[in-house]
Amino acid sequence: MRRVVVTGIGATTPLAGDAMSSWEALLQGKSGIATLEQDWVAKYELPVTFAGQAKIAASSVLSPQEAKRLDPSSQFALISAREAWADAGQPEVEPERLAVDFATGIGGVQTLLDAWSTLQERGPRRVLPMTVPMLMPNGPAAAIGMALGAKGGARTAVSACASGNEAIANAFHRIQRGEADVVVAGGAEAAIHPLPIAAFAAMHALSRKNETPEEASRPYDIDRDGFVMGEGAGALVLESLESAQSRGANIYCEIVGGSVTSDSYHITAPDPEGAGAARAMLDALEQADASIADVEHVNAHATSTPVGDIAEYTAVNRVFGTHTENLVIAATKASTGHLLGGAGAIEAIFTILALKQQQVPPTINLDNQDPAIPLNVPRSMARLQRPDAVAISNSFGFGGHNAVLVFRNI
Amino acid sequence: MAHSQQEVLAGLAELVNDETGIAADAVQMEKSFTDDLDIDSISMMTIVVNAEDKFSVKIPDEEVKNLITVGDAVTYITANQD
Repeated sequence: MRRVVVTGIGATTPLAGDAMSSWEALLQGKSGIATLEQDWVAKYELPVTFAGQAKIAASSVLSPQEAKRLDPSSQFALISAREAWADAGQPEVEPERLAVDFATGIGGVQTLLDAWSTLQERGPRRVLPMTVPMLMPNGPAAAIGMALGAKGGARTAVSACASGNEAIANAFHRIQRGEADVVVAGGAEAAIHPLPIAAFAAMHALSRKNETPEEASRPYDIDRDGFVMGEGAGALVLESLESAQSRGANIYCEIVGGSVTSDSYHITAPDPEGAGAARAMLDALEQADASIADVEHVNAHATSTPVGDIAEYTAVNRVFGTHTENLVIAATKASTGHLLGGAGAIEAIFTILALKQQQVPPTINLDNQDPAIPLNVPRSMARLQRPDAVAISNSFGFGGHNAVLVFRNI
Repeated sequence: MAHSQQEVLAGLAELVNDETGIAADAVQMEKSFTDDLDIDSISMMTIVVNAEDKFSVKIPDEEVKNLITVGDAVTYITANQD
């Protein structure tokens, strides 16, 4: 099977408007979480009044006409994909050999809800003709495919918060099997709107630390009380090694594993035994032809929910046993919040940069680490010691979806 | 308040520009929406609905297909204002 490398990265996140600035802010221990200023927070008396909004508004990057025809999730997707494409040096590839694997967890939810309001208040004739193409969950993948001229297939993985990782895994396998030479892969989400906030709050999934939003996302901390919603997108350019080498491209690292499993346990709760998550990690490592001792860095899913963080620890422990204590863990949602379908993509970028630069970003807000989760989670920037080791990035989603990626320096 | 043809043309050009980014001064009476201005059916419907609001006029769907040129639209709107 063909080897696959990462040759471009792009992102727009609550920390910054591009990938490298997001990474720098992460290394500096910044938080992208803040109180929401929108009128609707008070109007609907939302129980959660903060989130991680994209640092740079998409409307300030795209032309008004472009923005008008895209749901915010597709806007973020397009911005991140263009950055990744430029970063990769705009590879010359036959359109039929260029594909897109771009995920979203929820799709064009803002478009859908705005259209429903319009219908109720102003009638059917005022519902925008672009409503359907804007709300469909394949909108981000289609927008990227059109912008870059990709004709090798534009696919959308939809597996809640595992979507971004699943899309990247799909892209990886597609190039491995020779179905495409270059794939733009990643995920986007734009769900900061009163209804998703009310709905996630109704299931008590969100932190309610309204007085201290910057401290609300606190994976592994004893006082964690839920995740913090974030928005944005991340994109990778994946490419066959031969394609990258033949054009002398800058290579970040190699992607060597991508596995997707499902718990078949509960629609929202993770399997407390962590069996499905563990299987995803083991399978991804097997694809990478790596042993558990070959792993040094893990970018954890770690959303800051009481049960989720424990379940992931259980799964990690199940896979790594006594090697668990040697792992250097980062829980970057502490800084970015949870980008849902975009989470895996931006965390893949953070994992890749950690591997390449051999430095792990700090996990902020970890004031009192939960004694039930005795992982090595640096609170300030830490050096990695083994450039030949692999790094893994975990994502898990409602529905019992588990998706794990493995990267290695080249 | 009725708008003159000149006002309708200027207002329509603004709507076209807003929706598509086409320069307002390119929106001239003899231009075809599809062949000259390359406006697709979805943008056309958006422009029509916005024009209804802007000029207090009803443009039935069956009428839209007769609005081939900018001039057709300007004439229809000017003649059918409330």
